[in-house]
Amino acid sequence: MSDRLNRFPGGLQLEGFKELSNREPTVPAPIPERLVLPLQQHIGEPAEPVVEVGQRVLKGEAVAAPGGYVSVPVHASTSGTVVDIGEYPVPHPSGLKSLCIVIEPDGEDRWCEREPVADYRSLEPSELRNRIRGAGIVGLGGAGFPTFIKLNPGPGRSIDTLVLNGAECEPYITCDDRLMRERPDEIVAGARIIRHALQARRCVIGVEDNKPEALEALEGVAVDGIEVVAVPTRYPAGGEKELIKVLTDLEVPSDGLPMEVGVVMQNVATAAAVHRAVERGEPLISRYVTVSGQGVAHPRNLEVRLGTPVADLVAQCGGPEADVAALIMGGSMMGFALHDAHAPVVKTTNCVLAETRQGIPEPEPAMPCIRCGACAEVCPVRLLPQQLYWHARAKDFDKVQDYHLFDCIECGCCAYVCPSYIPLVQYYRFAKTAIWAQEREREKADLARRRHEARLARLEREKQEREARHREKRAALAARSADGEKKAAIAAAVERAKAKHAETVSAEGPAESGDGETGKRPPDASSRRSA
Amino acid sequence: MLVAVGAVGALALSFGLVLGFAAVRFRVESDPVVDQIDGLLPQTQCGQCGFAGCRPYAEAMAAGEADINRCPPGGEATIATLADLLGRDPKPLDAEVGEARPRMVAVIDEDWCIGCTLCIQACPVDAILGASKHMHTVIAEECTGCELCVEPCPVDCIRMVPVTEGISVWSWPYPSDSLEAPG
Repeated sequence: MSDRLNRFPGGLQLEGFKELSNREPTVPAPIPERLVLPLQQHIGEPAEPVVEVGQRVLKGEAVAAPGGYVSVPVHASTSGTVVDIGEYPVPHPSGLKSLCIVIEPDGEDRWCEREPVADYRSLEPSELRNRIRGAGIVGLGGAGFPTFIKLNPGPGRSIDTLVLNGAECEPYITCDDRLMRERPDEIVAGARIIRHALQARRCVIGVEDNKPEALEALEGVAVDGIEVVAVPTRYPAGGEKELIKVLTDLEVPSDGLPMEVGVVMQNVATAAAVHRAVERGEPLISRYVTVSGQGVAHPRNLEVRLGTPVADLVAQCGGPEADVAALIMGGSMMGFALHDAHAPVVKTTNCVLAETRQGIPEPEPAMPCIRCGACAEVCPVRLLPQQLYWHARAKDFDKVQDYHLFDCIECGCCAYVCPSYIPLVQYYRFAKTAIWAQEREREKADLARRRHEARLARLEREKQEREARHREKRAALAARSADGEKKAAIAAAVERAKAKHAETVSAEGPAESGDGETGKRPPDASSRRSA
Repeated sequence: MLVAVGAVGALALSFGLVLGFAAVRFRVESDPVVDQIDGLLPQTQCGQCGFAGCRPYAEAMAAGEADINRCPPGGEATIATLADLLGRDPKPLDAEVGEARPRMVAVIDEDWCIGCTLCIQACPVDAILGASKHMHTVIAEECTGCELCVEPCPVDCIRMVPVTEGISVWSWPYPSDSLEAPG
């Protein structure tokens, strides 16, 4: 089968350490004393709480609603009482706290009302997407992008192939392996639902050939022409663009999405979650998590309720051993060190590694780059890691983007082979987030400029309006006083006429009346003028 | 001889007409260098540079009347980009105008606010909401942290607090455990 497969460039043969944790069947983790549910467990806008402190919730009840389009709800993973909504440590490389809903379980683990769909084919793709969104499903492979958005190719674009990603190429991680062995039926059922939602013609499940049991299990239940394909074990075969290249020989364009070449990829665990959401009415409240590394006595997989503290899982697996140096969330290549062992398991948590000091020796001090080019040979995206490194180090963010920094998938192959032990990926991560920060600053500056200009325009307009008003008033006043003068003239004329009349009648004291003619003004006219 | 003079003269005349027409038809109203400089400034409108806002400072820089190191909110990064644009040498921030600080946001103590509107009049980006004899408040997303509202407040109820960094805007630090970074 593998003779018609293709290769992606670069990559590494890594020791897998999979047998540490993939031998024993998965067991459920007990309900913890407290569940801490972060509102941001996905890429996009954080969810917004819809419960209050003190409120009782049932298992599967939504406790937070989507906070935007790129957002999904969060559900209670057991029944209990909301005891706090506040800032708690979350699994994130920054070690910062984030808003979480804390639930104290009541131990009953009572489900809320579930609404399973008997026949998914009776639903329109849009209705299926709504249900998948309502169940809070995001990519469970690690990125955490809301699944319902990936199931919407948009008008005028058709999807040819749905690829399910069961490659699980990173060392130590075996949660997808165990899921494929234990619940292949759920994965295939989910694949059929997703294929229906996308109206895709073909469906391929790609699994690395170091998981023969998983391949066998899937082949045993695959129906409806779903293909199960073994792909050569080579890191990072589980990368989205890499697996698409291997399975379909299609290359996703730089800055592009797989949709643009008619492919959509979902993780196998995501497919199982879709099946549970649609055909059982269960939202995403638990997942398989690998607990491994030299720092635990019994490495294995656990089915964990979201919100369970990582420390509980490590304890359940007989750890941590005395000399644990760090708890790592994710695998040994792309994971990050946890700052707080009480950080909860979230939707994207696939693995917890308890590493001893022997397991992760102190990083060697970095030495100057010797331009050997080993990094470029292993880069699966065919980037030039050396050039990226120079420009990221010099903080030349325009240049680093000219070398397609944002196509870097941070797989870590370049840093792994670097003979000078340069932490290359750290430079790329630094450059990426620094560029985003600059963009945010720029947007903020543009907003401030627009608002400042609008304010200046408003002040100018107000000034002109005020002046216009003053002009008008003056004009009105002038008109009125002109009016008054006319009246005064008339009054004076009347006075004169009266005086003349009096003169002719009395024919007496002409000098006096003449005086009155010129000097005397009607009282009403003068008062008006002064007004 | 006459033909040559005539030909050159005709050419000169026709080019003159074309250029004259272009000068009128494609006239650029404002100075594009000013726009470019203004685009690099952080638009806090704080006036710490000694000019009445970012644009006047940009105009002064374009005219060569002001130095490029007078913008404390922009800090080293803005000086570097300005130096790049204007072909001048980067230099440290002028100590006379203050020092670079993290971004701040104004917060009004709403219990103390007497509703005098003085801060509203001072805000260069209309980021304060309120009316006469009614409580005022700052629209945090639109506040540039310029501090111009602090001084006019008669009851001193406005203070500047650093912007808290959330997870969504967190940045990876510059790798420290490696070779020295170039200056």
